[in-house]
Amino acid sequence: MYEFTYHKPASLDDAAKLLANDEAKLVAGGMTLVPTLKQRLANPSDLVDLAAIGTLKGIKEEGGGLTIGAMTRHAEVQRSADVKRVIPALAALAGMIGDPAVRNRGTIGGSISNNDPAADYPAALVGLGATVVTTKREIGAEDFFTGLFETALAQDEIVTAVKFPKPQAAAYQKFKNPASRYAIVGVFVARTPGGVRVAVTGAGPCVFRVPEMEAALGKSFGADAIKDIAIPDDGLNSDIHASAEYRAHLVNVMARRAVASCA
Amino acid sequence: MAETGTPAIGQPVRRREDFRFLTGQGTYTDDINRPGQLYAYILRSPHANARIAGLDTGAAASAAGVAAVYTGKDMAADGIGGLPCGWQIHSKDGSPMHEPAHPVIAVDRVRHVGDQVAVVIADTLVHARDAAELIRIDYVVEPATADASEALKPGAPLVWPEVPGNLCYDWHLGDPAATDAAMAKAARVVRLDLTNNRLVPNAMEPRAAIGDFDRATNEFTLFTTSQNPHVIRLLMGAFVLHIPEARLRVVAPDVGGGFGSKIYHYAEEAIVTWAAGKLKKPVKWTADRSESFMSDAHGRDHATHVELGVDGEGKFVALKVSTIANMGAYLSTFATCVPTYLYGTLLAGTYTTPVIYVETKAVFTHTVPVDAYRGAGRPEATYLLERIVDLAADELGIDPADLRRKNFIPADAFPYQTPVALQYDSGNYQATLDLATKAADYAGFETRRQEAAGRGKLRGIGIATYIEACGIAPSAVVGSLGARAGLFESAAVRVHPTGSVTILTGSHSHGQGHETTFAQLVADGLGVPMESIEIVHGDTAKIPYGMGTYGSRSLAVGGTAIVKAMDKIIAKGKKIAAHLLEAAEADIEFKDGNFSVAGTDRSKSIGEVALTAYVPHNFPHDELEPGLDETAFYDPKNFTYPSGAYIAEVEIDPDTGRVEIVNFNASDDFGRIINPMIVAGQVHGGLAQGIGQALLERCVYDKTSGQLLTGSYMDYTMPRADDLPAFALSTHATLCAHNPLGVKGCGEAGAIGAPAAISNAIVDALKPLGVRHVEMPVTPEKLWRVIQQHKTSLAAE
Amino acid sequence: MQTSVSLTVNGKPVTATVEGRTLLVQLLRETLGLTGTHVGCDTSQCGACVVHVDGEAVKSCTLLAVQAAGRSVKTIEDVADGDTLHPMQEAFRDNHALQCGFCTPGMIMSALDLVKNNPEPTDREIREYLEGNFCRCTGYHNIVLAIKAGAAAMRGAKAAAE
Repeated sequence: MYEFTYHKPASLDDAAKLLANDEAKLVAGGMTLVPTLKQRLANPSDLVDLAAIGTLKGIKEEGGGLTIGAMTRHAEVQRSADVKRVIPALAALAGMIGDPAVRNRGTIGGSISNNDPAADYPAALVGLGATVVTTKREIGAEDFFTGLFETALAQDEIVTAVKFPKPQAAAYQKFKNPASRYAIVGVFVARTPGGVRVAVTGAGPCVFRVPEMEAALGKSFGADAIKDIAIPDDGLNSDIHASAEYRAHLVNVMARRAVASCA
Repeated sequence: MAETGTPAIGQPVRRREDFRFLTGQGTYTDDINRPGQLYAYILRSPHANARIAGLDTGAAASAAGVAAVYTGKDMAADGIGGLPCGWQIHSKDGSPMHEPAHPVIAVDRVRHVGDQVAVVIADTLVHARDAAELIRIDYVVEPATADASEALKPGAPLVWPEVPGNLCYDWHLGDPAATDAAMAKAARVVRLDLTNNRLVPNAMEPRAAIGDFDRATNEFTLFTTSQNPHVIRLLMGAFVLHIPEARLRVVAPDVGGGFGSKIYHYAEEAIVTWAAGKLKKPVKWTADRSESFMSDAHGRDHATHVELGVDGEGKFVALKVSTIANMGAYLSTFATCVPTYLYGTLLAGTYTTPVIYVETKAVFTHTVPVDAYRGAGRPEATYLLERIVDLAADELGIDPADLRRKNFIPADAFPYQTPVALQYDSGNYQATLDLATKAADYAGFETRRQEAAGRGKLRGIGIATYIEACGIAPSAVVGSLGARAGLFESAAVRVHPTGSVTILTGSHSHGQGHETTFAQLVADGLGVPMESIEIVHGDTAKIPYGMGTYGSRSLAVGGTAIVKAMDKIIAKGKKIAAHLLEAAEADIEFKDGNFSVAGTDRSKSIGEVALTAYVPHNFPHDELEPGLDETAFYDPKNFTYPSGAYIAEVEIDPDTGRVEIVNFNASDDFGRIINPMIVAGQVHGGLAQGIGQALLERCVYDKTSGQLLTGSYMDYTMPRADDLPAFALSTHATLCAHNPLGVKGCGEAGAIGAPAAISNAIVDALKPLGVRHVEMPVTPEKLWRVIQQHKTSLAAE
Repeated sequence: MQTSVSLTVNGKPVTATVEGRTLLVQLLRETLGLTGTHVGCDTSQCGACVVHVDGEAVKSCTLLAVQAAGRSVKTIEDVADGDTLHPMQEAFRDNHALQCGFCTPGMIMSALDLVKNNPEPTDREIREYLEGNFCRCTGYHNIVLAIKAGAAAMRGAKAAAE
């Protein structure tokens, strides 16, 4: 690790001020950042830890949906009685992230701000049509995730919470990378008042929706309805664990399984 | 247990070493810190094949906290030798293998990603690593070759200009003419090409080494993560650093797993010891896991063509095997014997195949050296043999279990001379297969296949039998085959004046539980309670010259050395007791810790005899020296031959290609078992590594750039708890005929038998699709593709 | 940049000088000499370094020492009561759930975290919970048995105390 100056501000304002320095980086749970620093793959001048800002923590039931503070840990989402009742698929998804010790530290805000193409949360946010609340504005999930490790966040903008509307039904199916246990393909399917949403993580450089499947499921919500919808493998990720072609195939399999477990 | 009056041998005695490990009190090498210690950071090559056109360490040498920066040229200037290879193989034409230099730090050229380029030594590791970034290296990158089959082809980049075609040696064993003649007469010849996937051993403790130099005594001490401290002392002292044994102490304290990877003498051991001498300060190096991936010796990596000739009755009449084995860029300590004498000699397996011919081309590539990893040669032999036997069964329409039974060496045929040099002393292959088929309900499998099909799953069952040659090894035999070492083991039994006992053993325990198993031997052998017995190992300053732990040898060879030393103690004790009891020595019996005069109630305990030996007021000084302290060296008469039968049952999800192991039954013959709890643990661990090879683990290099693509746990799949099933074990004992304990060894069995059992089960599940073979590891995508291709070709028919 | 950090380790207050980049595991092993916590990888996967921070299992190789300021850290050295093993440690010993011992401290700390959240785990739940703890020696078979037995012993001890 390269040396940096560590800060633990007590307020979002103080944190934002520290971030005015382009070389500063936020740390939430640190489950991605600390390993990156250890490998000397990043060299921030300052590290701004959000752990002392109490307003970023917690899960609230609001407007029939859930508002989850940015510093809420995966384990808290996984075990929350409110999440299990309102959006059980979200609790289940949180329980599939990393491993138990990682879930005890990793946060929703950190995960989505990093936007790893194989992370789980982006599928839930896009699949549920969630809204990301930041220190500057509210952003729809699809506008928030802009590309490979890219988000709409400005350098001094901090995610404070995510608002999830309650779906009629939802499910997440994940095919894990056998080594890293990140998603090779993860598919989140939700039946919402606005229609069916299908969001895919792991397969491409950034989370994406599958409109053809959404339309077919809108007409007839069942696994058979999407059986023949093939995802083109153009632009999908390809590595030693899974080719683009295999990932495209898995999107269909995981989508059907998510639909089946949604019923 | 001995303390309750029952024999300790055969009991699942709880381990004496556990308390310290469970409470965080173990002492692993990285837990040791020496006063004034400096830290070494090793700068490694990012390229597989590059000329070092320039190397400027100036800025690093003057960076904060830096004590020294050394390169290969500095070592050469000090007359430091290269890392030696311990086994010389000769090619078919009688010429010795190519044995290029193996510099401790590369000079002028790097030959694999991770090759040592320079070492920075500083007051903290952070300073050393910071300074290493200031080293300027001008690499001229050249084409590389990572795949052994490709490396043999004309025009492939050469790892060594003096080694044409990258061919280290072209070895063979058996009678080619007789094999060809028998093959020509066979009713059917079954053929298969297969690879044995390259693995990274991945002991959980990364390697570490601390060099220390005592200015007062002019002595060096090396603390290192080794399975065999005396071997390291010999190799490093005699061949690399030129330090006489008396001035070099090697300590291997608690070691966090080895699996073969900690047998070898590694560059870092020499670097820290040499640097400690130059700087007159202790120097510590600890690998991080990324470094382990690119500097620990890897395992396996064979490409093989096999042909099995079968007669009209289903009897095997000939076996012919041709293998290309990857050596990596340099020859690691025992690399050369793995794809030859630990491999070709095992190709009879459990069968009566009368003629066998095997040839192995060992090939240099721009990759990390490959050496022995749990099983070492024997998993490769077993995998190809058990795959080809299953294919033969399929082609002949005979049940795989029946075909094996038809070809087994019968239980009454021992000792059995194979056509590939080994003489098996004992075994009963029918018995272990019977145990396994019964435990697995082999006969009832079809019902389960159909039930699974109803759930959309493809279910298969697979058998593998195995034999291994372990208890390594008779020195005269291995010496005649090219070994540059003896493979005896040593033990000293020291009975103290109060009757407590210290055992000093040349075997090394890094998870095997010797402190318990050996104590059980001694508790029974000398009739003393377990708590009065201390086992000492791992320090050349304490123990007699020993060869260490590998090849499932600790009990068969090291344990026998203890027995031999105890025999000497008892013999001397009888003389002392005869004197004390005023009886003839021939009338003294030793039992349960007491020397007694036969047919009388007159006796002396071993404690009383020991006290007499050390306070020899009334002692037969004319006949004996005082003391009760004996050393024995045991050189085995033969290898030992554990064997067994494994049955795996799997279910495949055809939509994803994912394999789930639903049942795994292992039935082994390890001879006499001293501690069944520890033996079961050894089998479990071996099975996990064998299943890892079959389904999960693979070391991948980019074929042309030589970049390591699986350089961390993010890409190299380690078996986790949820990847593995619970295991069902059983044993059948036929005793080893040539060691006094009747023991055979159990450390490698699981890793040897599991890959073929899993692979056979997978192919069995896919039989309806016409699949003949799937290469390991059977990853989901690979299997999905095989299923797709065969479905397409079935549909086309 | 050197900075001072104060925290509680195994029930005792500790103040140490660290850099921002010092990891908790480095503070434990190198500054405090608590070498029972091990480092087996550099990608936060193997779990040899698991300790409890404020009662929760975390990977001490992936937490900066400064992030642990003001918190309470418990390591393997503080699990047994003197020479009396904790029931989970005893279960590991009784079921031969350790061989080389290197992963064992992390395994025990994770096992205790599991039982805290799930006092009666099934075999499947135990295997899934161990996703972040690698063992290369045991094949996990006996670890699963040990955690089950340890959990039962802890339930028994709790029932007896109530």
